[in-house]
Amino acid sequence: MDAVLENLPYLLGGFLTNLQLAAFALAGGIFLGTLVGLGRISKRPWVYYPVTLYVNFLRNIPLILVIFWFFFVMPILIGKTLDPFVSAAVSFVVFEATYFGEIFRAGFQSISKDLVSAAYSTGLTYRQTAAYILVPIAVRRMLPSLITQSIITFQDTSLAYVIGLQEMVRRTTIVDGLEVRSVQLYTFVAILFFVICFVGSRISLHYEEKSRKAKVL
Amino acid sequence: MLTYKFDWGVLWRQPYGEWLLQGLWLTIQLGALAWVIALSLGILFGTLRSVRFWPLRIIGALYVEIFRNIPFLVQLFFWFYAGPMLLGKTLQFKINQISGLNYYIAIFGLGLYTASRVAEHVRAGFASIGHGQYDAVLSTGMTRLQMYWYVMIPHALRLIIPPLTTEFLTIFKNSAVAMTIGVAETTFMSYKIDEQTFHGLEATTGAMAIYLVLGMTVVKLMDRIESRFRIPGLMSR
Repeated sequence: MDAVLENLPYLLGGFLTNLQLAAFALAGGIFLGTLVGLGRISKRPWVYYPVTLYVNFLRNIPLILVIFWFFFVMPILIGKTLDPFVSAAVSFVVFEATYFGEIFRAGFQSISKDLVSAAYSTGLTYRQTAAYILVPIAVRRMLPSLITQSIITFQDTSLAYVIGLQEMVRRTTIVDGLEVRSVQLYTFVAILFFVICFVGSRISLHYEEKSRKAKVL
Repeated sequence: MLTYKFDWGVLWRQPYGEWLLQGLWLTIQLGALAWVIALSLGILFGTLRSVRFWPLRIIGALYVEIFRNIPFLVQLFFWFYAGPMLLGKTLQFKINQISGLNYYIAIFGLGLYTASRVAEHVRAGFASIGHGQYDAVLSTGMTRLQMYWYVMIPHALRLIIPPLTTEFLTIFKNSAVAMTIGVAETTFMSYKIDEQTFHGLEATTGAMAIYLVLGMTVVKLMDRIESRFRIPGLMSR
């Protein structure tokens, strides 16, 4: 365990980069994903088709390739080489937004028209219906998949390794190159990711059970 | 905007065009061979999660939780760098001498990882079969092993063909991660073209087109399998 303990601050510093990247990816991805979700249920063809194309295109391509692509395209667009963190953050937002968008779409579409009619018939305005009926129910239904997708996003941040970002896996390979303690080092990384993702998946399961009992699913 | 001269010729000029095609061939191999492992282990562990005997259920759950909650990249590096060390000095030396070791480890790692996802679908398939069927099958005099092998597993598999299609598509996409241990698949090749020509943008765009075509082909193929194995009388798409 010496190899892990001696390099602990360095490794955990890398893990902090993973967390930061995940934070940017989730904030941007969920924001853009909401717009994508709205675009996917839009009745205007000039909104629906471009957004659908964007979603179906990116969902068929490996994330690792998207990370590379942005790393190559950004210098051409802005004229200078970008910091790997910024480049990775942009590719994550653009990529994860398609997945979050599909979750939002499913959430919106899971609400029955009868429910909306019922809300109107009690005298609620459109704004009130949206605020008190539609959004709360949709969020409750989407919460488990949102958490699951957030865990996947967090795991995916390790892929920024490929453009040389100093995140945890990159730093582990650097330490391993010096110390040659692969078993200890990679077991440590695996455990760290496992603990966070496992707790996350339990939380997701908890909300799933909760809404099943409340019969909103 | 920088004065960047596009050179789409890198996509077909020799030897780069051939590199991309070689990459595609490796991507197909990785995906297809890993799928064999993923499907067999996925069915095994997914079934274990739904049997009555609780120690087996725990084994199934442990497998799924471990492989789903660790990033695939970390798993791959673990198998590649730490895996041989686990086997002791003499065996480690022998294993590291195998040529194309990264290729085998990529297939093995991708298979184990995807198996955890397949197992979850298989479990969902079992959950959607009514309890009456278990009783009905057992009342015909089949043993539990026969029940799973002849009735439950085939039934569950036919129910979960649509999510398995998604997993099958994902396995080709995830195979791109194998480039990190030096397997020369499509993404690796596009990166290599960039190293040689500095036209990474064109090369990665070409690689994207390859993945799109591959994805569409897989969907077509799975559509056929799905209509062939559809259960009569159930809602279809």
